[in-house]
Amino acid sequence: MVYEILNEHELCTYYDLNNKPGVAQNENKRKDKYAFLEDLEIQIKLIQFSDKTHSHITLYLPQIHCSSCLWLLENIDRVNSGIISSKVNFTKKEVFIVFDHSKTTLRKVVETLDNIGYEPHLSLNDLTSQPHTSLNRKHWYKIGVAGFCFGNIMMLSLADYFSSSGTLEPKLETFFRGLSIILSLPVLFYSSTEFFVSAWSGLKNKYLNIDLPVALALVITFIRSLYEISYGIGSGYLDSMSGIVFFMLIGRWLQSRTYQSISFDRDYKSFFPIALNSVKNGIIIPTEISKIKKNDVIQIYANEIIPVDAILSKGKAKIDYSFVSGESLPVNVTIGEMIYAGGKQLDGLLELIVVKEVSQSYLTNLWNNQVFNKKERITRSNYDTLGKYFTYVVLILGFGAGLYWYLQGQSTLMWNAITTVLIVACPCALLLSQNYTNGNILRVFGLNKFYLRSADVIEKLSKINHIVLDKTGTITQNTESKVNYIGREMDEEQKLNIASLLQQSSHPASKLISKWLKINDGIKVDHFKETEGGGIAGWINEHYIKIGSSAYVGGEYFKEKRGTKVVVLYDNVILGEFIIANSYRLGVSKLIPSLRKNFALSLVSGDNDAELKNIQHLFGKESDIEFNQSPQQKLDYIKHLQSNSKLSVMMIGDGLNDAGALKQSNVGIAVSDTSNNFTPSSDGVIDGSQLFRLDVFLRFAKESRKIILFSFSVSAVYNFIGLYFAIQGILSPVIAAILMPASSITIILMTYGLTELMSHGMGLKINTDKP
Amino acid sequence: MSVIIILLLVSLCIAGGFLLAFLWSVKNGQFDDDESPAQRMLFENKKFNNK
Repeated sequence: MVYEILNEHELCTYYDLNNKPGVAQNENKRKDKYAFLEDLEIQIKLIQFSDKTHSHITLYLPQIHCSSCLWLLENIDRVNSGIISSKVNFTKKEVFIVFDHSKTTLRKVVETLDNIGYEPHLSLNDLTSQPHTSLNRKHWYKIGVAGFCFGNIMMLSLADYFSSSGTLEPKLETFFRGLSIILSLPVLFYSSTEFFVSAWSGLKNKYLNIDLPVALALVITFIRSLYEISYGIGSGYLDSMSGIVFFMLIGRWLQSRTYQSISFDRDYKSFFPIALNSVKNGIIIPTEISKIKKNDVIQIYANEIIPVDAILSKGKAKIDYSFVSGESLPVNVTIGEMIYAGGKQLDGLLELIVVKEVSQSYLTNLWNNQVFNKKERITRSNYDTLGKYFTYVVLILGFGAGLYWYLQGQSTLMWNAITTVLIVACPCALLLSQNYTNGNILRVFGLNKFYLRSADVIEKLSKINHIVLDKTGTITQNTESKVNYIGREMDEEQKLNIASLLQQSSHPASKLISKWLKINDGIKVDHFKETEGGGIAGWINEHYIKIGSSAYVGGEYFKEKRGTKVVVLYDNVILGEFIIANSYRLGVSKLIPSLRKNFALSLVSGDNDAELKNIQHLFGKESDIEFNQSPQQKLDYIKHLQSNSKLSVMMIGDGLNDAGALKQSNVGIAVSDTSNNFTPSSDGVIDGSQLFRLDVFLRFAKESRKIILFSFSVSAVYNFIGLYFAIQGILSPVIAAILMPASSITIILMTYGLTELMSHGMGLKINTDKP
Repeated sequence: MSVIIILLLVSLCIAGGFLLAFLWSVKNGQFDDDESPAQRMLFENKKFNNK
């Protein structure tokens, strides 16, 4: 279908660009899916700018993944002539479209995109939240200015350093130094503002953060340099000052580069569609979700999520609640029964009568929990506490040296000592090593499809001692277990007999196999015996059938262990065997034992306890396993662990039912099968295929703390050498000027080298080119 | 020696020019998305004419 559209408009280059462009289209679309976009009110909320002829809109297309997408979307004006221009932002997975609304409509634009396979993600969140403006540019300006000033001041100071005193003409010297002061002003008053702002807000909250000593050092360096230059004593330390600001800004930028295409702050609103069809007096009207009132009749199509609590009035409902409750099997609902918000209709059209509006439904109630309302807690990193001690030590050393010289009666030396100590011992090194290490770790994690919200999370990860996992969708995959049969071919009668016997058993494997045999109504079985943990045997139509584990049946068809094996013995002949591939994610069976060594584990699931045995075996006796947990219970479970056992808890989950627990936990990681898919609000998103590396990620996070400390101590050695001279009051500006950039660059190189080395050692790929 | 001062000012002006160019490019949004332009340049800029 896509090909036809493209061919019609000569866009076939698309297929030449990549071998496998595009994603296969899976479902048939219904005609009036986007009818709600005709609604003016919805349009106003979505369209960013509109004049007489043109409208601007930015749409989020999670399907954007390759260069072909880019090409196709930027040539979309050929498919719909009303579109004037389109521009793709690859990192954000957004397309910015300008269209002529006299020739086309928003609905048509969206339908065009949908037809070629890019279904825009329109959700309630788009309507309520404003597009985020990026602070990124401001940071770039600051880096640019700092870099410019740093380079030029450095150049000016070099002349000073390498001329033995007196050879530089006094006139020239004054000019050079004056220029340095002028150039340092934008660094101090523009580029470094964020250090002052954060130091001040720290002070206001009576909280000593690491930016305070940095700000203090900057001010003192500047004043001292000003003093030296105006009295003609020396050339000051302006070059070191601007250099440090420059390096620190780059470090912060590295650390703050997070993943723009992944949203970490989704709440229930993002999961719901924008509008629904409501039926009034037999007429179907597209209605915005927030306007749906009690007793309205709404229509739900296949694969749509039901946003309200409602009673089924028409149609055959098969609701998948796995996202809300964690139950793995769809629920059949008959007319007159309740359907809860968050369920997904699997097949066919439904009509429902609304009982509770979106904002009051069972699902949304979870969000009224206070966990979701409290502001982000202020996280006091232990580097801030380390920084605090550091500050104290520096202050004591500085003033101690000052006091010593004062008692000796040398007041000039006293000031010298105090200021140089503060300048040299600026905790910039600590800050630098932290920023650069974190930045690189975020990058390595990102390459491994483990995306963290911010650098703070790395540190929290390193402190985790209890891990709570969800079952459905997290350690198991959402797809149903696959059944394979090897053996002699079965005829219809045999199939019927086998299925009939299996239907007597309540074991999940029996259910899966009889489902796979596609026989729903078996014949009556009179004599059978089920052995727990073994299998079932019985007489049907004069045939003796025994089905169960190879030990129970006493033989097997094919000697190889793959998944769960169910052997069929038919009239004393081994007919064949069913192999049930367990639906655990790849590597989970290795991951759990590896995690067990270092962490306490729990499993909290909304599903029933059919798999208790397997899971208990996997998790071991010491782990706590809870089934049939509601979202609220999951949240309370985490809270209980945190308050009673003073544990640092990591929650790993996927669905909306984990949202509360993810938020409550110290680190909440959402598992996603496609990184652009829906994930509840969390501190990080991990791709399902990479879950098995979780233990490595955790170890990496832990080791990274050592890198920070190590590189910091190396730079501390530099500083102590500097301090040795500084305390005696004989540190020359040349040495200071060499020491400071040298220690910064050492830190940068060392943190980078060590993290790369370590990620290599742990088998985390660091090369982007390799697939 | 005054020629040094002139040279210095000239070099500062040139560097300042680069700084301005950088600030302008940031303002222009060139640093907002560093992935798509890299992909975009790979396509031939064919002018299509509808038949």
